[in-house]
Amino acid sequence: MRLVILETSDSVGKWAAKYVMKRINDFQPGPDRYFVLGLPTGSTPLGMYRELIEFYKQGKVSFQYVKTFNMDEYVGLPRDHQESYHYFMWHNFFKHIDIEPKNVHILDGNAADLVAECNKFEDLIREAGGVELFIGGIGPDGHIAFNEPGSSLVSRTRVKTLAQDTLEANARFFDNDMSKVPKQALTVGVGTVMDSKEVMILITGAHKAFALYKAIEEGVNHMWTVSAFQQHANTLMICDEDATLELRVKTVKYFKGILRDLDEGALQEGYTN
Amino acid sequence: MAAPTKICSCPAPADQDRLIQFTNCRLVRGHQLLRDDLWVRDGKIINPEPIFFDEQSKAHSRIDCGGAIIAPGYLDLQINGGYGVDFSYDTDTIEEGVAKVARGLVKSGVTSFCPTLVTSPSDSYHTILPRIPTAVPEGAGILGIHAEGPFINPQKKGAHPENCIQTIDKGLSSLESTYGSLERIKIVTLAPEKVSDPQVIGQLVERGITVSLGHSMASLGDGERAVKQGATLITHLFNAMLPFHHRDPGLVGLLASDAVPSGRTVYFGIISDGVHTHPAALRIAYRTHPQGLILVTDAISALGLEEGVHHIGQLPLEVKQGKAFIAGTETLCGSIAPMDECVRIFRRATDCSIVYAIEAATLHPAQCLKIEKQKGTLDFGSDADFILLDDELRVLSTWIAGRRVHQTAA
Repeated sequence: MRLVILETSDSVGKWAAKYVMKRINDFQPGPDRYFVLGLPTGSTPLGMYRELIEFYKQGKVSFQYVKTFNMDEYVGLPRDHQESYHYFMWHNFFKHIDIEPKNVHILDGNAADLVAECNKFEDLIREAGGVELFIGGIGPDGHIAFNEPGSSLVSRTRVKTLAQDTLEANARFFDNDMSKVPKQALTVGVGTVMDSKEVMILITGAHKAFALYKAIEEGVNHMWTVSAFQQHANTLMICDEDATLELRVKTVKYFKGILRDLDEGALQEGYTN
Repeated sequence: MAAPTKICSCPAPADQDRLIQFTNCRLVRGHQLLRDDLWVRDGKIINPEPIFFDEQSKAHSRIDCGGAIIAPGYLDLQINGGYGVDFSYDTDTIEEGVAKVARGLVKSGVTSFCPTLVTSPSDSYHTILPRIPTAVPEGAGILGIHAEGPFINPQKKGAHPENCIQTIDKGLSSLESTYGSLERIKIVTLAPEKVSDPQVIGQLVERGITVSLGHSMASLGDGERAVKQGATLITHLFNAMLPFHHRDPGLVGLLASDAVPSGRTVYFGIISDGVHTHPAALRIAYRTHPQGLILVTDAISALGLEEGVHHIGQLPLEVKQGKAFIAGTETLCGSIAPMDECVRIFRRATDCSIVYAIEAATLHPAQCLKIEKQKGTLDFGSDADFILLDDELRVLSTWIAGRRVHQTAA
């Protein structure tokens, strides 16, 4: 695993965007060779999306040959509801770039048969050739996507009932009215994300610090599902200073030392594992 | 950065299926200026979200607006002519006349208007009304006729010919026999104190006609009675009515009346050409009842023409020093300031927001005529009649049904 520690949450968004741009451009996607990207929603990736939109407008990156698979979506929320992940992705990313609509995949939380929808999603990922880079965040309870504590570490895309922690974290987006918060979501499984070639997790803020500690300094445990990525060959974690507050000083020094020893150029462009 | 029109690699569709995305612009939406794109297809403003997720289409062309403001096109509810055309006088050439004005108006950002007929002999109405075009290609849309008269008070005739003024003796049938047919009429201006039949206003409203009070000596009580009967508009506030008086505020008092039925808004047209209404009066009206304020031009045939003698209704007029008078008198007889100029003058006088100034000429008139689902907004599903403006609210281009009909020379 590589942990990249940056100063602020803004820096995390910008660094992540640069990395995504580099990966897409290095891959040299084309009509027979799509770059398959797994995408998250939330306030941390928002900064990354803004930067990516800027890069697109500056002509530095194109999404014409990029296919995307979002991690999750609420069940039963109208697609044009302000809190739906379709809404988030459309307004904050897709409408500003040149991605082909048919290359965008987001789970449909209003599908008649939710299980079939989840299975189809797995098929679509397989047909696309697997995910090249899956980007995710971390919940305060250490979850990746909506793989709540207790989720199988080999799980696949499925319907999940949300944990109380998650409902409380989400309440602020639904007028603080618990009755309005969706209780279920469709989510990629831990196993689904593990299948991707590379995983990049974005962690910002002091409220995520304990989860980060549990994810990287303790064992692999289904109560902190992000810990599963300790067993992925290419895990990249990007965090800000605040998110390191619960880590051992030794851990932080080790990873900061690696960054310091790399020359500036390599840091700007990404990292080599 | 230069952002040329971008076309995607899909095959070129038929015109009505072309999806156009206007980007790099600020939209007047939700009573704010929002940085967002405008999507247009088949002459309508559409919601792009289902296009992306359901249809899985992209825009066929993207137009970079260079940071401009996109506003709904202006609606002018009171305009007597322009470019040498007088709707009330030029009966023989009325079709070409209306078409000429409709095409000229787009230069000032007007995309819909009500050709207005001043007090005229019954014959004129019978001849003109059926011949007003319903639509003009490349021209502003015609919402219907504004019949300003002949049922007005002779004491407040302004520039209207007194010998053509009539009274409503037989209720609705008086109006039907005077106008010939009510079918093309969208607004009727009348003096409520001269209407003894309490049913008439309600009957007009039932036929989808907006009843406006004006050219009147009405007391506030007369006005309130008319509003209760269904009147919802006041014609050029302050002009051709009794001035505000602190013991009987007259029609002006309707702006603060407590007798207006709840849920109803009384709208009022106001001419902000810098001549007809003092800036302080504009401010008083704006501050008293902002949600009812509608900018109108009340423009006359001389709109767009130079100094000299022209015609209005049955009387000749003269343009001198940027104002229009009844020839040989000092009586103002109409404005020659185009709508975009009225919007700018209004904004300067009241220091209102850009959004409000625009809404006074778009949303409010549309609401008054109850057509806000099609006109006067940039809401999804409404007609794609809009204008691009710079920050000084000068018109850069005008679009009707999603096609550009005017572009201001650089």
